[in-house]
Amino acid sequence: MAKKKIRLSDIIKCFSLHIECGQGLLDREVEGGYVSDLLSDVMAHSKMGDVWITLQGHPNIVAVARLKEIAGIILINGRKPEEETIKKAEAEGVPILSSDLPAFELVGKLYEMGVSGKR
Amino acid sequence: MLMVLGHHLRTKNEWDRVMRSEILFQQKFKIHGGDFVNAGESSIKIRNILKEIGIDTDIIRRIAIAAYEAEMNVVMFAQHGTMHLLVYSNKILLKVADEGQGIENIELAMQPGFSTATEEMREMGFGAGMGLPNIKKNADVLNITSTVGKGTRLEININLNSKND
Repeated sequence: MAKKKIRLSDIIKCFSLHIECGQGLLDREVEGGYVSDLLSDVMAHSKMGDVWITLQGHPNIVAVARLKEIAGIILINGRKPEEETIKKAEAEGVPILSSDLPAFELVGKLYEMGVSGKR
Repeated sequence: MLMVLGHHLRTKNEWDRVMRSEILFQQKFKIHGGDFVNAGESSIKIRNILKEIGIDTDIIRRIAIAAYEAEMNVVMFAQHGTMHLLVYSNKILLKVADEGQGIENIELAMQPGFSTATEEMREMGFGAGMGLPNIKKNADVLNITSTVGKGTRLEININLNSKND
């Protein structure tokens, strides 16, 4: 059975995420997910097309997402990206979303939806 | 090694080029210590260059990880530094040199989890003690020389015909 494609826009709609930047990039397909607040860990273990769930909102998350070709970043617990982060993300083409949910809740919902950490 | 390589080479020209290992492309990038806002930009540029040249995706992934970790180390532990990308016909070399605090015990610094990062850096998600181990894991050869109080030099070598992981 072919797996149904999940896009950033589907996730935004389902879990009422806030769009912080990258409005034009939300039809991107999400191929999997990774959760971590340690940047080296994300560099080492995330995969291309992942959605990255983190509480870090500083500008360096954009470099990590760009280098690993992450589909999009979701900040949790109502955290917001810094102004400089949004500027960089717009320039580099990295969508940033945010959720009021804690990481555990959001990841659980994403997993239920069919976004998996294993590929 | 050379015999194996030679097997895949069709012309004498190709063979000569590998033997001479000529530089096909090179570029130097400046890294500013303490600049956490622009940290990672040199690595992104390097990744874009390699993508344009048409380097294999898995090699690019490995170089991106090594370059990022090396760049962050300069940002965190040095005043300034340079990252020099050299593309040869058979390998990619990243030379990173900084003027900074240096590494007291390289063997200890190579141990996963060991870090001298400040509390502030750790809160930002840096300083997990994974930097040098990540570089080592993705490099075919890693050379580190360092003088405490002066600075550190890394030579990261990734072969273009190698498989890693």
